[in-house]
Formats: sequence, structure tokens, C-alpha cells
Amino acid sequence: MTPLGRAWSAVLRRAERRLPSLTRLRSPEALPIPLHRRRIYIVPTGFGLGFTVLLAVMVLGALNYSNNSALLLTCLVGAAGAGSMLVAFRTLDGVALTAIRAQTVVAGEDVPLTIDIAPGWRTRSSLQMDVAGRRLAFAVAAGVPITLELALPTEQRGYMAMPRMRLFTTWPLGMFRAWSWLHPDHKVLVYPRAETFGPPPREPSIDDDRGRPHPGDEPTALRMYRPGDPRRQIAWKLSARHEFLLVKDMEQPAPEAEWRLSCWVNEAHLAGHRWSLALPDRLFDVAQGDEHFHRCMTALALQP
Amino acid sequence: MNFLYALTHKVREAPISAGTFNLVCITMACVVAVHASHLPPWLTLLLGIALLASHWRRRHRPGKTPMWLKLPLTLGLLAGIVLWYGNLFGREPGSAFAVGLLVLKTFECETARDVRVAVAFACFALMAALLSDQGLVVTVAVALAIVPALMSLRSLEPGQAQRTIAQAALPSLGLLAAALPLALMAFLFVPRLSEPLWGAPAADTAKPGLSSSMSPGDLTELLTDDSAAMRVSFDGVAPRPDQRYFRAFVMWNFDGRRWDHGYGRRGEVAGLLPQGPVATYEITLEATHRRTLPALDVPMAAPEGARLSADRELSSNDRIDEVRRYRVSSALGYGLQADLDDSTRRLGLQLPPNFDPRARALAQQWRQTFGQNDEGIARAALGLFHDGGFRYTLAPVPLGRDSIDDFLFNTREGFCEHYASAFTFLMRAAGIPARVVTGYQGGFYNRLGQYLLVRQSNAHAWSEVWLAGRGWVRFDPTGAVRPERIAADGTAAGDGSGPWYQPAWLQAARNRWDIVNRLWAQGVTGFDALRQRSLLQPFGVREAPPSMLVTILASGICLLAAIGLGWALYRRPEGDVAQRALARLKARLVRRGLASRASEAPGHYFSRAARFWPARRKELESLATLYNHLTYARSEPAPELARRFARMAREFRPPRVVK
Repeated sequence: MTPLGRAWSAVLRRAERRLPSLTRLRSPEALPIPLHRRRIYIVPTGFGLGFTVLLAVMVLGALNYSNNSALLLTCLVGAAGAGSMLVAFRTLDGVALTAIRAQTVVAGEDVPLTIDIAPGWRTRSSLQMDVAGRRLAFAVAAGVPITLELALPTEQRGYMAMPRMRLFTTWPLGMFRAWSWLHPDHKVLVYPRAETFGPPPREPSIDDDRGRPHPGDEPTALRMYRPGDPRRQIAWKLSARHEFLLVKDMEQPAPEAEWRLSCWVNEAHLAGHRWSLALPDRLFDVAQGDEHFHRCMTALALQP
Repeated sequence: MNFLYALTHKVREAPISAGTFNLVCITMACVVAVHASHLPPWLTLLLGIALLASHWRRRHRPGKTPMWLKLPLTLGLLAGIVLWYGNLFGREPGSAFAVGLLVLKTFECETARDVRVAVAFACFALMAALLSDQGLVVTVAVALAIVPALMSLRSLEPGQAQRTIAQAALPSLGLLAAALPLALMAFLFVPRLSEPLWGAPAADTAKPGLSSSMSPGDLTELLTDDSAAMRVSFDGVAPRPDQRYFRAFVMWNFDGRRWDHGYGRRGEVAGLLPQGPVATYEITLEATHRRTLPALDVPMAAPEGARLSADRELSSNDRIDEVRRYRVSSALGYGLQADLDDSTRRLGLQLPPNFDPRARALAQQWRQTFGQNDEGIARAALGLFHDGGFRYTLAPVPLGRDSIDDFLFNTREGFCEHYASAFTFLMRAAGIPARVVTGYQGGFYNRLGQYLLVRQSNAHAWSEVWLAGRGWVRFDPTGAVRPERIAADGTAAGDGSGPWYQPAWLQAARNRWDIVNRLWAQGVTGFDALRQRSLLQPFGVREAPPSMLVTILASGICLLAAIGLGWALYRRPEGDVAQRALARLKARLVRRGLASRASEAPGHYFSRAARFWPARRKELESLATLYNHLTYARSEPAPELARRFARMAREFRPPRVVK
């Protein structure tokens, strides 16, 4: 996104907070969202404005040269352009966003979304949807709902709200743009990402007093090598003077507890082990299987 | 906001599809076609080739057109137009250049933006074609050419269902048809300018038409021109074909080769003594860019805005740059200028010295034979043309220095102007005052439209000879050679061997078709400020001022907009009769205190209602039973049952309950 785009998004966010009625940017609303005349807006496009100027010149010329044929046809083209505004409205009027389905993914991956659009009783051509910087274009036959597929990027664990989408059309002549903002009140659960090279889970009986490793929070920058440490973090020069390998610890961000826990839950689940998960507020007793896995991951995703 | 959105979220423009490009090419071909009539033929041909080449290039060598191709093409177009027209400014070279540029634009139609620009200016060029000809055929052609233009715009929109060209054409036609009422409304009520805002339409190409001088061979171009010169509607019966002589110019001066009208003789208007029927008629004259108003022999008085010359030619006070209508009365039988004063007599006898000795000798010989019988001499001259082996042709051999001698004794072929010229010369040489008159003769009488269509090819030249006691008498020597030229109804001046592309039946069909042109000219082309102001006469408004027209226009647009909005906002009611009746009933019950729940079956809602209004339990139960029966008992319930349910639901009006 360009700096201008960032600035504009900031302005929009501010405007939405302060002047919701003016900006017409809607707050989240429950599904299904049918479009109707109170929430469809129409403005001429740049081409529409330019064409209007051209038509005005043509009308003036026709009047000046008292050329009635040209006047008649110019009026005809102008009226067709004006009529295309109504067609654009009808293309949007009655469309409904009926359902959104999402799969669960871990943070950082794109979440595949399906969006159901019900066309109502009318066949609609050339609907377009802007969502998360992507543009989808589609046509819907009367009475046959369509399912759009797209992927949303995720950034962090927890519930992710659906971004605001814009459903619009410039059908049929590209002279008018009719649009409506859709902001479905729908959340997608994003699981925490598993730590890549974390330590294996320790047996509860041994090493009880060792404490959980917290790389990075010690002031010392070096520590002993542990299996699983990435090779590029090894301080080779310093290690040459010692009998053991030293690892630079500062550059690695402190992994959150959830990363490591989700990594362990994943490993246990994939390996078919039985596991239990103890969180500060609740305890999942020893169990195994998909349901146990999702329950644990949900709890981890929603950890404060 | 959308503009800014587009600015911040740069969506890359995709290249246009092959279908769109085909439509753009069709649009451009239409533009070239409607301009073809006034573009130089070589340019039309080259533009056609360029269009094909552009199409071929996109198909086989896709990608951007290199500059080394575009630049020479554009410069070549510029050079060609400047060489042909002499400059680049003015209507003709300007529109030729615009059409050329549009065709070249197809070489760089890569994005949707290019297509939109091209289509918008194609619309402009289409309208410009109407500046040179606003006839019905061209107008319809331009209107049809708008369809591919709109289709190109439609095809730019992403995410459409696949369609064939015919399926894609229908909605565009439908859009135009739906736009027609609004367009007509605007056409009728947009106030016309009574004065042009800037330069009046320039007659930068002299339209072919009668001119004020005549030398052998001048009229050839005119006599093969089939465009309409004027249309005449008579009050009462139209005069006989042999009386349909419309005089335009009376020519006195002869220099041995050329007859000249000069500036029209001023002075006292020649006296007219009507003898016989008088025809009153209205002429609708096409723009001539001259002043002369043709009128049937002989006009009795000048219409408003025109005057009579000494020789009873009508000329308008201003140049005729638009279609002009005027009413005239003419005496079909007449005695014109019974007394000839000396100066006029001298003028009617003047001949250039040292020309055409043999013709003079022949005239002197006639004078000796017939003595004082002037009419006898005229008859002898007609007899010479009739029996002397003369031939009527539109392509005579050129004449030498002594043009009359050459024609009379050597070539013996020619058309009206040769005959009129030679006849008048002979009369003058014999000492009889004579003059040449040019104008139109004949015309096609359209019975359906009750009017006479006079084409440019009806142009004619004849003689007037002054006979003592009778005044100026019309003699038509062409009639002696080719009587059907005068008598036939609607035959143009053709010499029987017309060009292969104008067979007789086509000519006849075109004559009948002309009524449409006339209606078009009356209803559309001639709808000017004057006629617009009298538009409301049937409603008792004698003269509507522009402010009233604007008011009517505004209210008409509002009315049509309301109809359009009604159409746009109309939603087909959902569900069947029973479901709609239930929905209305629920809405009413909600207003009376019983809330509806989203996830509630109708049966449950009815039972809740029965608890809410215990007194009406019976009715509600029967409603619930009927509804369940309608919905679940059969796949297609009987319609009368549904109507009964609807009626019961309508009539169920429980009292309001306030909790």
C-alpha cells in the first residue's frame, strides 16, 4: 500500500469512528445482508463525467447548426446513458450476502473463505467485489446462488473479524458505479502458529526445577547449544574457543507460550499420543483425537 | 470517494478481450461508412484497409504497436488530407482527419481506457456525419451505428456470462428503445436557438444547383443528380405535366457561348394578365445557398421575405442556407408584358457580333420566307429541331467556337440547354425578342403524399419569345426533339441510356420512397425555433416562450424519471399467494402486539397467537390448518384454496393488545 493509501485508510478509520452516518461505512451487521435502495449508492465514473461533457458539446453543436437529426441522436445516447444508471441500480438491488464459511488456519497462513451470494429473482451481470485488496468479478443467474472463493491473510491468533467488502458494479456502460459496503459480523478463528524449532516437551517428573526456557530474556547473549537450534544462530567463531557450541540468543524473539504449546499439541496430535493441556484458567484432561485437538487449539487461540 | 479508492488501490487494467476489439472495429467501420459519402474515395479505401490491417495485426502479432508504425501512419494521414483539401481546418478536412485518427486508434486499443476514449469519440464522429447530410437514411444508419458502440462499452465490463454477438446486441437495442421517450421529450422541448451562437454553417462546398449562367454542358452534372431540389404541394389539383415549368433565372446576355443572368433586372415588374386557372401551392425548397426561389410560371406576387424582379423571378432577401418553405400563386395561362419598351426590346435582340454566321443566315432566310409572321418563324425553328435529325443526349460532343453553328449544322446532338440556346439565338437573329429561362420542369407527383417531387435532374432550360399582342410566350425546343421529356410524369432528364446502376424500376421505387424523406424533412429536419414555439397550439398556447418549454421539459423529465425509478425499484413479490398473505398478516399482528420470531414455524406462530387472543382461537386454528394444508399437503395446492386463505388472513383483524 502506498503512503497515500495508508493516509487515506487512516482518514477513513477516523471518519468511521466519528461520523458513521456521514461516511455510510457500516458497522458490522448480521448475516444475511440483503442489498436494498437505502444502502446502494451511485455516482458517475470518470468516464461517465467525460462522456457527459462530450454529449453537452454535441448538443451545443447540434443546436448551433440547427441540426435536428444530430440533436435527436445525441439525446438518444444521453438518455441511454441515464437509463444505464437505473440498470446499474437494478443489478445490485436484491442481491444478498447469505453466508460466509471459513476454515481454521494457523496465524500467518491465508485463510480460505467462501462467500455465498444469492442473486434473488434477477440475473445479474458483471458484479464485482473488492475485498482485502483483491477484486472479484462474477455473474449470477437468477435464482442460482453463487459461491465466491478467496483467501484472506491472517496476522495473529484469535478471532479475526471479516474485513469490510465492497460489492459494486459499473454495468452496463461503465458510466455509473453503483456500490454498497458489506461488513458482515462474522469472525474467523485463527489458531496460534506452532513454534518451529522449539524444545521437546519435558517429562513432568524429571528436571522439575529447571524452569521453562525463556531464550532471549537473559541479558547474556550466548548460551549452550541445544538440539533443535537453527544452525545460523550458532556463534561459530566463539564456539571455536570452547569445547561446546555457543548459540546467539538475542536475535531470536521470545516465543510466546502459545506457540510452543500449540507446537506440542500439534506434534502429539499427529503422532497419535494422548496429552493434556494445563492453562492458567483451565485444564484439558488427558485425551486424544480431533475433537480434543480443536478444543485445545481454540483455547490456545483465545488465550488473553 | 470511489475515485480516491481507485487511486489508493491500484487495480491493474487487464488487456481487452478479442470480442471487445472486434466490436470496436465494427464501430469504426460504421463511422467510416456513414462518412463515406463525403470522404475522398481514396481515403475511404485506405481507412478500410487500415482497419483490416489493424484487425489482422491484433490477431497475429499481438502486443503494442511499435512507434515506427504508428508515427508514419498518422503523418501520412495528415499529409494526405492537407494535400487533398489544401488545409486541415474546416468541416470537411476536419471530419476526415477525425475519422482517420479514430481508425488509427484501433492500433493502440490495449486497455479498457483506450476503448472508452475511442468509443466516446466515435460517437462524436457519428454525429459529425449528420452535419453534411441529415436525411432519414443517414440518421437511421448513425442510430444503428450507436449499437456496436454501446456493445463495445458493455463488453468491457468484467465478469459477464458468455454470449453470442446477437445475444449481446439485444440489451443494447433495448436500452436505446427504452431511452427513446426521454430522447423524444428532450428533442421536442429543448429550446432551439433562433440565432446561431457561433459561425453559421458554411457552404464550403458549393452545392450543385441551378446557376445564374448557362453554357453548353453546364447542366450535365445537375441532370444526373437525383437529389431532391424541392417539394411542391398544391391547393387543389396539381397542374398538368406540360404546365409544370418552374422558372428560376431569366437570361438575357449572350456572349457567343454563355448565357448570363447578371444580377436580375431591376425596375418595374413586367405586367401580368392572368388568363385561365391560377395555381396556389407551397414549395419546400432544399438549401441552395443562393437566393433564387423557383416558382411555377408565372408567379403573381412575391411571398413574404422575397421580391419579384422585373422579369418575374422570385428572389429571397437572404441566402437560403436551410430548408425554406414559401407559398406562391401562379397564373398558368397568362399574357406577360404585352408592351415591350425599346430598351428591353434591344436587350432581347442583342447578339454578339462575328459569331455563328450560318445560323444568322438561316434566320434571315426564315424572315424572308415568313414575312412578319413571328410565330411562323418560331414554328419553323421547332420544326427544324423535330425533323432535322437532332438527337437528345446527355453526353454530346463538345462544340467549337461558333457553338450555335456547330450544334445546328454539325453535331446535332445535345440536351435542353443546347436547344434553348440555339432556339433563342435563331429568334434573335430573325429579329424577334427572345430570352432563355432556366428552372425546373416536370417532377414526380406522389399520389400518396399529394405532392410533387422535383429533383435536381429535373433542371431544364427553355425559351421565351415576345410575340406582338401576346407578350412573352414560352417555347420549349427540347419538347420538339424529345416530347416525353416534357410530358412524362416524373421521368428525369435521362436520355434513355441511364447509368446501369439506376434502372427504371429503382427510379420509380425511389420516387415513391421520397414521401418518407418528405415526412422526415417536415417532422424532424425542419423542426426549428418557429415550429417549436407553435408546438403547443393544439393546447391553446399560441406561442410558447422558451421558459415554458424548459418548464415542460423539466416536468417531463421528472415524470419519465419517476417511471424509470418505479421500474428500477420494483421488486417481484416473493413466494406464492399464501406466503405473501401470511407475511402481511404477520406484519399486522406485530403492529397489534404479537412479536414475530425469526426461527419460528407458522404453526407455532399461530398457536402463540391463539394464546394471545383467546377469543379468536377458532379463527386462528382454522387459519393454521388451512396454511399447513396448503403448504404441506400437496406439491401444487389448488389456487382457490390459496385465495381463500388469503381472504381469511386479510379479514382477520384482532384487537390491539397493550402489554
